[in-house]
Amino acid sequence: MAFAAFSNNTPNKNSGAPVKSGKIVLALLLPGLIYLAMFFFIPLVALIQTSLEKRVTTPSVHFEAAWNWQNYVDVIDRYLPQILRSFGYAFVATIIALLISYPLAYFIGVKVRHRPVLQRLMVTLVIAPFFISFLLRTIAWKQLLADNSATMDFIRQLGLIGPNESFIGTGGAVVFGLVYNFIPFMTLPLYTTLERLDVRYLEAGSDLYASPSKVFRKVTLPLSMPGIISGTLLTFIPIAGDYVNASQDFLGSADTSMIGTMVVQDQLVTNNPQSATALSVLLMGTILVLITVYVRRAGTEELL
Amino acid sequence: MRKLSASKFIFPVYATLALLFLLIPIIYTFVFSFNQANRRNTVWQGFTLDNWLNPCGRQDLCDAVGTSLLIALVSTVIATVLGTALAIALVRYHFRARSAVSLSLFLPMATPEIVMGAGLASLFFSIGIERGFLTVILAHVMFCLSFVVTTVKARVQMLDPTLEEAAADLYATPQQVFWKVTFPLLVPGIMAAALLSFALSFDDFIITYFNAGNVTTFPLFIYVAAKGGLPPQANVIASSVFLLAIFAVVATQVYGNIKRKRLALAK
Repeated sequence: MAFAAFSNNTPNKNSGAPVKSGKIVLALLLPGLIYLAMFFFIPLVALIQTSLEKRVTTPSVHFEAAWNWQNYVDVIDRYLPQILRSFGYAFVATIIALLISYPLAYFIGVKVRHRPVLQRLMVTLVIAPFFISFLLRTIAWKQLLADNSATMDFIRQLGLIGPNESFIGTGGAVVFGLVYNFIPFMTLPLYTTLERLDVRYLEAGSDLYASPSKVFRKVTLPLSMPGIISGTLLTFIPIAGDYVNASQDFLGSADTSMIGTMVVQDQLVTNNPQSATALSVLLMGTILVLITVYVRRAGTEELL
Repeated sequence: MRKLSASKFIFPVYATLALLFLLIPIIYTFVFSFNQANRRNTVWQGFTLDNWLNPCGRQDLCDAVGTSLLIALVSTVIATVLGTALAIALVRYHFRARSAVSLSLFLPMATPEIVMGAGLASLFFSIGIERGFLTVILAHVMFCLSFVVTTVKARVQMLDPTLEEAAADLYATPQQVFWKVTFPLLVPGIMAAALLSFALSFDDFIITYFNAGNVTTFPLFIYVAAKGGLPPQANVIASSVFLLAIFAVVATQVYGNIKRKRLALAK
Protein backbone atom coordinates (compact mmCIF):
# COMPACT_ATOMS: atom_id res chain seq x y z
CA MET A 1 0.00 0.00 0.00
CA ALA A 2 1.03 3.51 -0.60
CA PHE A 3 1.19 4.37 3.07
CA ALA A 4 4.01 1.90 3.53
CA ALA A 5 6.13 4.85 2.47
CA PHE A 6 5.24 6.62 5.68
CA SER A 7 6.46 3.91 7.95
CA ASN A 8 10.02 2.86 8.22
CA ASN A 9 9.31 -0.49 9.76
CA THR A 10 8.48 -2.60 6.75
CA PRO A 11 8.33 -6.35 7.19
CA ASN A 12 11.77 -7.70 6.64
CA LYS A 13 11.39 -11.07 5.07
CA ASN A 14 14.84 -11.96 3.99
CA SER A 15 15.56 -11.24 0.39
CA GLY A 16 18.08 -14.04 0.06
CA ALA A 17 21.71 -13.83 -0.88
CA PRO A 18 22.22 -10.59 -2.78
CA VAL A 19 23.75 -11.13 -6.17
CA LYS A 20 27.05 -9.55 -7.02
CA SER A 21 27.47 -7.86 -10.34
CA GLY A 22 29.21 -4.55 -10.73
CA LYS A 23 27.87 -3.38 -14.07
CA ILE A 24 24.21 -4.05 -13.29
CA VAL A 25 24.39 -2.26 -9.92
CA LEU A 26 25.94 0.72 -11.59
CA ALA A 27 23.31 0.77 -14.31
CA LEU A 28 20.55 0.62 -11.72
CA LEU A 29 22.06 3.15 -9.35
CA LEU A 30 23.64 5.76 -11.57
CA PRO A 31 20.61 7.41 -13.23
CA GLY A 32 18.81 7.88 -9.90
CA LEU A 33 21.90 8.97 -8.03
CA ILE A 34 22.89 11.46 -10.72
CA TYR A 35 19.38 12.88 -10.52
CA LEU A 36 19.60 13.06 -6.73
CA ALA A 37 22.94 14.82 -6.95
CA MET A 38 21.78 17.30 -9.57
CA PHE A 39 18.44 18.23 -8.08
CA PHE A 40 18.91 17.68 -4.38
CA PHE A 41 22.54 18.04 -3.34
CA ILE A 42 23.56 20.71 -5.84
CA PRO A 43 20.49 22.83 -4.93
CA LEU A 44 21.50 22.51 -1.28
CA VAL A 45 24.95 23.77 -2.20
CA ALA A 46 23.37 26.54 -4.28
CA LEU A 47 21.22 27.39 -1.26
CA ILE A 48 24.23 27.65 1.05
CA GLN A 49 26.19 29.59 -1.53
CA THR A 50 23.41 32.12 -2.07
CA SER A 51 22.94 32.47 1.67
CA LEU A 52 26.57 33.57 2.03
CA GLU A 53 26.64 36.11 -0.78
CA LYS A 54 27.72 39.64 -0.14
CA ARG A 55 26.06 42.77 -1.39
CA VAL A 56 28.48 44.88 -3.42
CA THR A 57 27.69 48.45 -4.44
CA THR A 58 30.49 49.19 -6.91
CA PRO A 59 30.34 49.50 -9.87
CA SER A 60 26.66 48.69 -9.58
CA VAL A 61 24.56 46.99 -6.90
CA HIS A 62 24.95 43.22 -7.18
CA PHE A 63 25.73 40.15 -5.09
CA GLU A 64 29.06 38.38 -5.02
CA ALA A 65 30.07 34.94 -3.83
CA ALA A 66 31.56 35.30 -0.36
CA TRP A 67 31.58 33.85 3.15
CA ASN A 68 29.30 36.50 4.46
CA TRP A 69 28.04 34.99 7.73
CA GLN A 70 26.49 38.33 8.53
CA ASN A 71 23.45 37.23 6.48
CA TYR A 72 22.74 34.62 9.13
CA VAL A 73 23.12 37.09 11.97
CA ASP A 74 20.76 39.47 10.17
CA VAL A 75 18.21 36.75 9.57
CA ILE A 76 18.22 35.60 13.19
CA ASP A 77 18.05 39.18 14.32
CA ARG A 78 15.13 40.00 12.07
CA TYR A 79 13.16 36.76 12.21
CA LEU A 80 13.74 35.42 15.71
CA PRO A 81 10.01 35.58 16.61
CA GLN A 82 9.10 33.65 13.47
CA ILE A 83 11.85 31.09 14.06
CA LEU A 84 10.75 30.48 17.64
CA ARG A 85 7.10 30.43 16.61
CA SER A 86 7.74 27.82 13.89
CA PHE A 87 9.39 25.40 16.27
CA GLY A 88 6.89 26.20 19.02
CA TYR A 89 3.91 25.53 16.76
CA ALA A 90 5.58 22.39 15.40
CA PHE A 91 6.24 21.11 18.92
CA VAL A 92 2.72 21.76 20.20
CA ALA A 93 0.99 20.49 17.04
CA THR A 94 3.11 17.31 17.01
CA ILE A 95 2.22 16.53 20.64
CA ILE A 96 -1.50 17.15 20.04
CA ALA A 97 -1.43 15.05 16.85
CA LEU A 98 0.26 12.23 18.80
CA LEU A 99 -2.35 12.38 21.58
CA ILE A 100 -5.21 12.31 19.07
CA SER A 101 -3.64 9.66 16.82
CA TYR A 102 -2.42 7.12 19.36
CA PRO A 103 -5.82 5.90 20.61
CA LEU A 104 -7.13 5.93 17.05
CA ALA A 105 -4.18 3.92 15.74
CA TYR A 106 -4.46 1.56 18.71
CA PHE A 107 -8.13 0.97 18.00
CA ILE A 108 -7.53 0.30 14.29
CA GLY A 109 -4.37 -1.74 14.77
CA VAL A 110 -5.30 -3.81 17.84
CA LYS A 111 -9.01 -3.63 18.69
CA VAL A 112 -10.46 -4.29 15.24
CA ARG A 113 -7.70 -6.69 14.22
CA HIS A 114 -10.10 -9.61 13.98
CA ARG A 115 -12.28 -7.71 11.48
CA PRO A 116 -10.01 -7.07 8.47
CA VAL A 117 -12.66 -5.43 6.30
CA LEU A 118 -13.53 -2.85 8.95
CA GLN A 119 -9.82 -2.36 9.62
CA ARG A 120 -9.08 -1.62 5.98
CA LEU A 121 -12.06 0.69 5.75
CA MET A 122 -10.80 2.69 8.73
CA VAL A 123 -7.27 2.92 7.31
CA THR A 124 -8.77 4.21 4.07
CA LEU A 125 -10.65 6.87 6.01
CA VAL A 126 -7.44 7.92 7.79
CA ILE A 127 -5.71 8.52 4.46
CA ALA A 128 -8.84 10.02 2.85
CA PRO A 129 -7.70 13.65 3.49
CA PHE A 130 -4.68 12.98 1.23
CA PHE A 131 -7.03 12.58 -1.69
CA ILE A 132 -8.52 16.02 -1.49
CA SER A 133 -6.48 19.11 -2.25
CA PHE A 134 -4.40 20.26 0.73
CA LEU A 135 -5.29 23.90 0.01
CA LEU A 136 -9.01 23.19 -0.34
CA ARG A 137 -9.31 21.31 2.93
CA THR A 138 -7.54 24.19 4.67
CA ILE A 139 -9.91 26.66 2.98
CA ALA A 140 -12.81 24.49 4.15
CA TRP A 141 -11.67 24.93 7.78
CA LYS A 142 -11.18 28.63 7.19
CA GLN A 143 -14.80 28.96 6.12
CA LEU A 144 -16.15 26.59 8.75
CA LEU A 145 -14.40 28.57 11.47
CA ALA A 146 -14.97 32.03 10.02
CA ASP A 147 -16.32 34.73 12.34
CA ASN A 148 -19.88 34.59 11.00
CA SER A 149 -20.07 30.80 10.64
CA ALA A 150 -22.56 28.57 12.44
CA THR A 151 -19.67 26.64 13.98
CA MET A 152 -18.33 29.79 15.60
CA ASP A 153 -21.79 30.77 16.87
CA PHE A 154 -21.99 27.40 18.53
CA ILE A 155 -18.49 27.70 20.01
CA ARG A 156 -19.33 31.18 21.29
CA GLN A 157 -22.50 29.88 22.90
CA LEU A 158 -20.43 27.23 24.66
CA GLY A 159 -18.41 30.12 26.03
CA LEU A 160 -15.14 28.76 24.69
CA ILE A 161 -14.48 32.05 22.98
CA GLY A 162 -15.66 35.60 23.71
CA PRO A 163 -18.60 37.13 21.78
CA ASN A 164 -16.42 39.50 19.76
CA GLU A 165 -13.31 37.40 19.49
CA SER A 166 -12.37 35.59 16.33
CA PHE A 167 -10.58 32.29 16.04
CA ILE A 168 -9.22 32.52 12.48
CA GLY A 169 -5.98 34.45 12.47
CA THR A 170 -4.90 33.32 15.93
CA GLY A 171 -2.05 30.97 16.78
CA GLY A 172 -4.67 28.50 17.98
CA ALA A 173 -6.26 28.37 14.53
CA VAL A 174 -2.88 27.78 12.88
CA VAL A 175 -2.02 24.96 15.29
CA PHE A 176 -5.50 23.52 14.73
CA GLY A 177 -4.95 23.47 10.96
CA LEU A 178 -1.47 21.99 11.32
CA VAL A 179 -2.78 19.24 13.59
CA TYR A 180 -5.62 18.45 11.21
CA ASN A 181 -3.48 18.39 8.10
CA PHE A 182 -0.76 16.19 9.56
CA ILE A 183 -2.76 13.68 11.64
CA PRO A 184 -2.59 11.02 8.88
CA PHE A 185 1.23 11.25 8.87
CA MET A 186 1.14 10.45 12.59
CA THR A 187 -1.60 7.83 12.59
CA LEU A 188 -0.23 5.65 9.77
CA PRO A 189 3.19 4.81 11.21
CA LEU A 190 1.61 4.30 14.65
CA TYR A 191 -0.92 1.98 13.07
CA THR A 192 1.67 -0.10 11.20
CA THR A 193 3.61 -0.61 14.45
CA LEU A 194 0.58 -1.34 16.63
CA GLU A 195 -0.90 -3.64 14.03
CA ARG A 196 1.99 -6.03 14.58
CA LEU A 197 1.93 -5.70 18.37
CA ASP A 198 1.71 -9.16 19.93
CA VAL A 199 -1.20 -8.90 22.39
CA ARG A 200 0.11 -11.90 24.33
CA TYR A 201 2.69 -9.57 25.87
CA LEU A 202 -0.13 -7.42 27.20
CA GLU A 203 -1.92 -10.47 28.58
CA ALA A 204 1.30 -11.64 30.20
CA GLY A 205 1.62 -8.23 31.85
CA SER A 206 -1.86 -8.28 33.32
CA ASP A 207 -1.49 -11.96 34.32
CA LEU A 208 1.41 -10.81 36.43
CA TYR A 209 -0.90 -8.34 38.20
CA ALA A 210 0.22 -5.19 36.43
CA SER A 211 -2.51 -2.53 36.34
CA PRO A 212 -3.79 -1.53 32.88
CA SER A 213 -1.89 1.75 33.08
CA LYS A 214 1.28 -0.08 34.07
CA VAL A 215 0.87 -2.54 31.18
CA PHE A 216 0.52 0.44 28.87
CA ARG A 217 3.60 2.20 30.25
CA LYS A 218 5.83 -0.85 30.51
CA VAL A 219 4.72 -2.93 27.53
CA THR A 220 2.55 -1.21 24.91
CA LEU A 221 4.36 2.11 24.85
CA PRO A 222 7.93 0.74 24.54
CA LEU A 223 6.82 -1.70 21.83
CA SER A 224 5.23 1.10 19.83
CA MET A 225 8.28 3.39 20.03
CA PRO A 226 9.32 2.87 16.37
CA GLY A 227 5.90 4.10 15.27
CA ILE A 228 6.01 7.04 17.67
CA ILE A 229 9.44 8.06 16.39
CA SER A 230 8.63 7.89 12.68
CA GLY A 231 5.22 9.49 13.29
CA THR A 232 6.60 12.43 15.23
CA LEU A 233 9.37 12.99 12.67
CA LEU A 234 6.95 12.82 9.74
CA THR A 235 4.75 15.40 11.44
CA PHE A 236 7.32 17.71 13.03
CA ILE A 237 9.49 18.24 9.94
CA PRO A 238 6.78 19.36 7.49
CA ILE A 239 5.03 21.41 10.17
CA ALA A 240 8.19 23.35 11.06
CA GLY A 241 8.56 24.31 7.40
CA ASP A 242 4.87 24.82 6.65
CA TYR A 243 3.78 27.86 4.73
CA VAL A 244 0.09 27.37 4.01
CA ASN A 245 -1.64 27.12 7.40
CA ALA A 246 -0.01 30.18 8.94
CA SER A 247 -0.54 32.26 5.82
CA GLN A 248 -2.89 35.24 6.06
CA ASP A 249 -4.90 33.84 3.16
CA PHE A 250 -5.62 30.68 5.11
CA LEU A 251 -5.81 30.26 8.89
CA GLY A 252 -3.24 32.77 10.07
CA SER A 253 -2.60 36.48 10.24
CA ALA A 254 0.41 38.79 10.32
CA ASP A 255 0.92 37.69 13.93
CA THR A 256 1.26 34.01 13.12
CA SER A 257 3.91 34.11 10.38
CA MET A 258 6.35 31.22 10.46
CA ILE A 259 9.74 30.57 8.84
CA GLY A 260 7.99 29.40 5.65
CA THR A 261 6.07 32.67 5.44
CA MET A 262 9.27 34.69 5.59
CA VAL A 263 11.12 32.47 3.09
CA VAL A 264 8.31 32.86 0.56
CA GLN A 265 8.12 36.58 1.19
CA ASP A 266 11.88 37.14 0.80
CA GLN A 267 12.24 34.88 -2.19
CA LEU A 268 9.13 35.73 -4.19
CA VAL A 269 7.83 39.08 -2.96
CA THR A 270 10.61 41.33 -1.70
CA ASN A 271 13.22 39.60 -3.90
CA ASN A 272 15.83 39.04 -1.24
CA PRO A 273 17.16 35.53 -2.00
CA GLN A 274 20.12 35.92 0.38
CA SER A 275 17.77 36.26 3.32
CA ALA A 276 15.40 33.54 2.07
CA THR A 277 18.21 31.04 1.59
CA ALA A 278 19.90 31.83 4.91
CA LEU A 279 16.59 31.21 6.65
CA SER A 280 16.11 27.94 4.72
CA VAL A 281 19.58 26.70 5.61
CA LEU A 282 18.94 27.60 9.24
CA LEU A 283 15.65 25.66 9.20
CA MET A 284 17.21 22.62 7.54
CA GLY A 285 20.22 22.65 9.86
CA THR A 286 18.10 22.94 13.00
CA ILE A 287 15.86 20.09 11.84
CA LEU A 288 18.84 17.84 11.09
CA VAL A 289 20.34 18.53 14.52
CA LEU A 290 17.00 17.89 16.23
CA ILE A 291 16.48 14.61 14.31
CA THR A 292 19.96 13.37 15.16
CA VAL A 293 19.60 14.15 18.85
CA TYR A 294 16.08 12.75 19.00
CA VAL A 295 16.86 9.51 17.17
CA ARG A 296 20.03 8.99 19.24
CA ARG A 297 18.12 9.49 22.47
CA ALA A 298 15.36 7.17 21.36
CA GLY A 299 18.04 4.64 20.47
CA THR A 300 16.70 3.53 17.12
CA GLU A 301 19.16 4.65 14.53
CA GLU A 302 18.27 1.78 12.24
CA LEU A 303 15.07 3.66 11.46
CA LEU A 304 16.85 5.85 8.95
CA MET B 1 -17.19 -5.48 35.13
CA ARG B 2 -18.90 -2.19 34.57
CA LYS B 3 -15.57 -0.51 34.01
CA LEU B 4 -14.76 -3.07 31.35
CA SER B 5 -17.91 -2.40 29.36
CA ALA B 6 -17.32 1.34 29.62
CA SER B 7 -13.85 1.01 28.11
CA LYS B 8 -15.30 -1.22 25.42
CA PHE B 9 -17.62 1.61 24.53
CA ILE B 10 -15.13 4.49 24.71
CA PHE B 11 -12.71 3.24 22.03
CA PRO B 12 -15.20 2.81 19.18
CA VAL B 13 -16.91 6.11 19.95
CA TYR B 14 -13.57 7.91 20.07
CA ALA B 15 -12.37 6.33 16.80
CA THR B 16 -15.64 7.24 15.07
CA LEU B 17 -15.40 10.85 16.24
CA ALA B 18 -11.74 11.10 15.21
CA LEU B 19 -12.48 9.74 11.73
CA LEU B 20 -15.46 12.08 11.40
CA PHE B 21 -13.18 14.98 12.30
CA LEU B 22 -10.84 13.94 9.46
CA LEU B 23 -13.77 13.84 7.04
CA ILE B 24 -15.33 17.24 7.86
CA PRO B 25 -13.42 19.36 5.28
CA ILE B 26 -13.93 16.66 2.64
CA ILE B 27 -17.68 16.67 3.21
CA TYR B 28 -17.66 20.47 3.21
CA THR B 29 -15.80 20.62 -0.11
CA PHE B 30 -18.18 18.08 -1.62
CA VAL B 31 -21.34 19.85 -0.40
CA PHE B 32 -20.13 23.23 -1.62
CA SER B 33 -19.50 21.81 -5.09
CA PHE B 34 -23.31 21.91 -5.41
CA ASN B 35 -23.56 25.53 -4.33
CA GLN B 36 -25.29 28.11 -6.52
CA ALA B 37 -22.38 30.49 -6.23
CA ASN B 38 -20.83 32.45 -8.99
CA ARG B 39 -17.60 33.87 -7.74
CA ARG B 40 -17.36 33.65 -3.99
CA ASN B 41 -18.17 30.14 -2.92
CA THR B 42 -18.36 30.90 0.80
CA VAL B 43 -22.05 31.18 1.66
CA TRP B 44 -24.63 28.53 0.85
CA GLN B 45 -27.02 29.89 -1.77
CA GLY B 46 -28.96 26.88 -2.91
CA PHE B 47 -28.51 23.53 -4.58
CA THR B 48 -27.51 23.24 -8.22
CA LEU B 49 -26.03 20.62 -10.52
CA ASP B 50 -24.67 23.28 -12.90
CA ASN B 51 -21.14 23.14 -11.53
CA TRP B 52 -20.96 19.40 -12.04
CA LEU B 53 -22.52 19.58 -15.51
CA ASN B 54 -20.15 22.33 -16.54
CA PRO B 55 -16.84 21.82 -14.69
CA CYS B 56 -15.01 23.85 -17.32
CA GLY B 57 -17.22 26.89 -16.72
CA ARG B 58 -13.98 28.56 -15.80
CA GLN B 59 -11.62 27.84 -18.68
CA ASP B 60 -8.52 28.89 -16.73
CA LEU B 61 -9.40 26.36 -14.02
CA CYS B 62 -9.64 23.53 -16.54
CA ASP B 63 -6.35 24.58 -18.13
CA ALA B 64 -4.70 24.47 -14.70
CA VAL B 65 -6.08 20.97 -14.05
CA GLY B 66 -4.82 19.83 -17.46
CA THR B 67 -1.36 21.23 -16.69
CA SER B 68 -1.36 19.48 -13.31
CA LEU B 69 -2.37 16.16 -14.81
CA LEU B 70 0.33 16.38 -17.48
CA ILE B 71 3.01 17.35 -14.96
CA ALA B 72 1.92 14.57 -12.60
CA LEU B 73 1.97 12.00 -15.39
CA VAL B 74 5.42 12.88 -16.71
CA SER B 75 6.96 13.23 -13.23
CA THR B 76 5.43 9.94 -12.10
CA VAL B 77 6.83 7.99 -15.05
CA ILE B 78 10.35 9.38 -14.58
CA ALA B 79 10.35 9.07 -10.78
CA THR B 80 8.96 5.53 -10.89
CA VAL B 81 11.57 4.28 -13.36
CA LEU B 82 14.50 5.88 -11.52
CA GLY B 83 13.18 4.94 -8.08
CA THR B 84 12.41 1.32 -8.93
CA ALA B 85 15.94 0.80 -10.26
CA LEU B 86 17.36 2.31 -7.06
CA ALA B 87 15.12 0.18 -4.85
CA ILE B 88 16.13 -3.05 -6.60
CA ALA B 89 19.81 -2.16 -6.38
CA LEU B 90 19.52 -1.29 -2.69
CA VAL B 91 17.86 -4.53 -1.64
CA ARG B 92 19.35 -7.01 -4.07
CA TYR B 93 22.97 -6.00 -4.34
CA HIS B 94 25.73 -5.54 -1.86
CA PHE B 95 27.96 -2.60 -2.55
CA ARG B 96 30.22 -0.55 -0.36
CA ALA B 97 28.28 2.70 -0.28
CA ARG B 98 24.90 1.07 0.30
CA SER B 99 24.14 2.72 3.64
CA ALA B 100 25.37 6.08 2.36
CA VAL B 101 23.04 5.76 -0.63
CA SER B 102 20.13 4.86 1.66
CA LEU B 103 20.82 7.84 3.86
CA SER B 104 21.08 10.25 0.94
CA LEU B 105 17.75 8.96 -0.36
CA PHE B 106 16.19 9.47 3.07
CA LEU B 107 17.40 13.08 3.29
CA PRO B 108 14.96 14.56 0.74
CA MET B 109 12.07 13.19 2.84
CA ALA B 110 13.52 14.93 5.90
CA THR B 111 13.81 18.20 4.02
CA PRO B 112 10.98 20.70 4.43
CA GLU B 113 9.34 21.54 1.13
CA ILE B 114 10.19 25.17 1.56
CA VAL B 115 13.92 24.33 1.68
CA MET B 116 13.76 22.11 -1.39
CA GLY B 117 11.72 24.72 -3.23
CA ALA B 118 14.11 27.56 -2.40
CA GLY B 119 17.14 25.38 -3.20
CA LEU B 120 15.86 24.41 -6.63
CA ALA B 121 14.90 28.01 -7.34
CA SER B 122 18.44 29.12 -6.41
CA LEU B 123 19.91 26.46 -8.70
CA PHE B 124 17.69 27.30 -11.66
CA PHE B 125 18.38 30.98 -11.17
CA SER B 126 22.16 30.60 -10.96
CA ILE B 127 22.44 28.38 -14.05
CA GLY B 128 19.97 30.57 -15.90
CA ILE B 129 17.13 28.14 -16.62
CA GLU B 130 13.88 30.02 -16.94
CA ARG B 131 11.26 28.77 -14.51
CA GLY B 132 8.33 27.02 -16.14
CA PHE B 133 6.99 23.65 -17.16
CA LEU B 134 10.41 21.97 -17.28
CA THR B 135 11.56 23.22 -13.88
CA VAL B 136 8.30 22.11 -12.26
CA ILE B 137 8.74 18.59 -13.66
CA LEU B 138 12.39 18.43 -12.59
CA ALA B 139 11.34 19.47 -9.07
CA HIS B 140 8.41 17.04 -8.87
CA VAL B 141 10.53 14.07 -9.97
CA MET B 142 12.95 14.99 -7.21
CA PHE B 143 10.49 14.94 -4.33
CA CYS B 144 8.67 11.84 -5.63
CA LEU B 145 11.87 9.84 -6.05
CA SER B 146 12.49 9.04 -2.37
CA PHE B 147 8.88 8.00 -1.82
CA VAL B 148 9.07 5.64 -4.80
CA VAL B 149 12.29 4.08 -3.46
CA THR B 150 10.77 3.51 0.00
CA THR B 151 7.56 2.01 -1.36
CA VAL B 152 9.18 -0.30 -3.93
CA LYS B 153 11.93 -1.31 -1.49
CA ALA B 154 9.31 -2.69 0.89
CA ARG B 155 7.99 -4.86 -1.93
CA VAL B 156 11.44 -6.09 -3.03
CA GLN B 157 12.18 -7.07 0.57
CA MET B 158 9.07 -9.24 0.64
CA LEU B 159 10.00 -11.18 -2.51
CA ASP B 160 10.59 -14.87 -2.03
CA PRO B 161 14.08 -15.55 -3.51
CA THR B 162 13.30 -19.24 -4.02
CA LEU B 163 11.02 -18.31 -6.93
CA GLU B 164 13.92 -16.73 -8.77
CA GLU B 165 16.21 -19.60 -7.86
CA ALA B 166 13.64 -22.02 -9.25
CA ALA B 167 13.52 -20.11 -12.53
CA ALA B 168 17.32 -20.08 -12.74
CA ASP B 169 17.42 -23.82 -12.03
CA LEU B 170 15.13 -24.28 -15.00
CA TYR B 171 17.74 -22.61 -17.21
CA ALA B 172 16.18 -19.17 -17.47
CA THR B 173 18.74 -16.49 -18.32
CA PRO B 174 19.11 -13.68 -15.75
CA GLN B 175 17.12 -11.39 -18.07
CA GLN B 176 14.33 -13.93 -18.32
CA VAL B 177 14.32 -14.39 -14.54
CA PHE B 178 13.97 -10.67 -14.09
CA TRP B 179 11.26 -9.99 -16.67
CA LYS B 180 9.25 -13.21 -16.19
CA VAL B 181 9.52 -13.64 -12.41
CA THR B 182 10.93 -10.69 -10.47
CA PHE B 183 9.28 -7.82 -12.30
CA PRO B 184 5.70 -9.21 -12.34
CA LEU B 185 6.00 -9.83 -8.59
CA LEU B 186 7.08 -6.22 -8.09
CA VAL B 187 4.23 -4.72 -10.10
CA PRO B 188 1.88 -4.09 -7.12
CA GLY B 189 4.64 -2.19 -5.29
CA ILE B 190 5.53 -0.22 -8.41
CA MET B 191 1.87 0.63 -8.98
CA ALA B 192 1.48 1.81 -5.38
CA ALA B 193 4.60 3.96 -5.76
CA ALA B 194 3.33 5.42 -9.02
CA LEU B 195 -0.05 6.28 -7.48
CA LEU B 196 1.65 7.90 -4.52
CA SER B 197 3.91 9.95 -6.85
CA PHE B 198 0.96 11.01 -8.91
CA ALA B 199 -0.96 12.15 -5.83
CA LEU B 200 2.07 13.98 -4.39
CA SER B 201 2.75 15.76 -7.67
CA PHE B 202 -0.87 16.66 -8.35
CA ASP B 203 -1.31 18.20 -4.91
CA ASP B 204 2.05 19.89 -4.48
CA PHE B 205 1.91 23.57 -3.81
CA ILE B 206 5.01 24.94 -2.09
CA ILE B 207 7.79 23.54 -4.30
CA THR B 208 5.73 24.34 -7.39
CA TYR B 209 5.12 27.87 -6.16
CA PHE B 210 8.87 28.48 -6.05
CA ASN B 211 9.61 27.02 -9.46
CA ALA B 212 6.55 27.55 -11.65
CA GLY B 213 7.23 30.90 -13.28
CA ASN B 214 4.20 31.52 -15.48
CA VAL B 215 2.85 27.98 -15.31
CA THR B 216 -0.39 27.57 -13.35
CA THR B 217 -1.13 24.21 -11.78
CA PHE B 218 -4.37 23.29 -9.97
CA PRO B 219 -2.99 24.09 -6.47
CA LEU B 220 -1.53 27.37 -7.75
CA PHE B 221 -4.90 28.25 -9.27
CA ILE B 222 -6.61 27.60 -5.92
CA TYR B 223 -4.01 29.65 -4.09
CA VAL B 224 -4.44 32.65 -6.35
CA ALA B 225 -8.23 32.30 -6.60
CA ALA B 226 -8.64 31.90 -2.83
CA LYS B 227 -7.77 35.57 -2.39
CA GLY B 228 -10.46 36.84 -4.72
CA GLY B 229 -13.07 34.09 -4.52
CA LEU B 230 -12.87 30.45 -5.42
CA PRO B 231 -15.23 29.22 -8.17
CA PRO B 232 -17.37 26.19 -7.12
CA GLN B 233 -15.90 24.29 -10.06
CA ALA B 234 -12.69 23.93 -8.05
CA ASN B 235 -14.72 21.94 -5.51
CA VAL B 236 -16.12 19.82 -8.35
CA ILE B 237 -12.61 18.97 -9.58
CA ALA B 238 -11.32 18.22 -6.07
CA SER B 239 -14.36 16.09 -5.26
CA SER B 240 -14.02 14.11 -8.49
CA VAL B 241 -10.34 13.47 -7.83
CA PHE B 242 -11.27 12.36 -4.32
CA LEU B 243 -13.97 9.97 -5.52
CA LEU B 244 -11.67 8.52 -8.19
CA ALA B 245 -8.89 7.95 -5.66
CA ILE B 246 -11.23 6.30 -3.15
CA PHE B 247 -12.60 4.15 -5.94
CA ALA B 248 -9.06 3.10 -6.92
CA VAL B 249 -8.20 2.20 -3.31
CA VAL B 250 -11.40 0.20 -2.77
CA ALA B 251 -11.03 -1.53 -6.14
CA THR B 252 -7.47 -2.67 -5.39
CA GLN B 253 -8.58 -3.93 -1.96
CA VAL B 254 -11.51 -5.86 -3.40
CA TYR B 255 -9.29 -7.25 -6.15
CA GLY B 256 -6.69 -8.28 -3.56
CA ASN B 257 -9.41 -10.00 -1.54
CA ILE B 258 -10.68 -11.98 -4.51
CA LYS B 259 -7.16 -13.02 -5.44
CA ARG B 260 -6.41 -14.11 -1.89
CA LYS B 261 -9.60 -16.16 -1.72
CA ARG B 262 -8.78 -17.84 -5.04
CA LEU B 263 -5.30 -18.69 -3.79
CA ALA B 264 -6.79 -20.12 -0.61
CA LEU B 265 -9.16 -22.24 -2.68
CA ALA B 266 -6.36 -23.44 -4.93
CA LYS B 267 -4.45 -24.64 -1.92
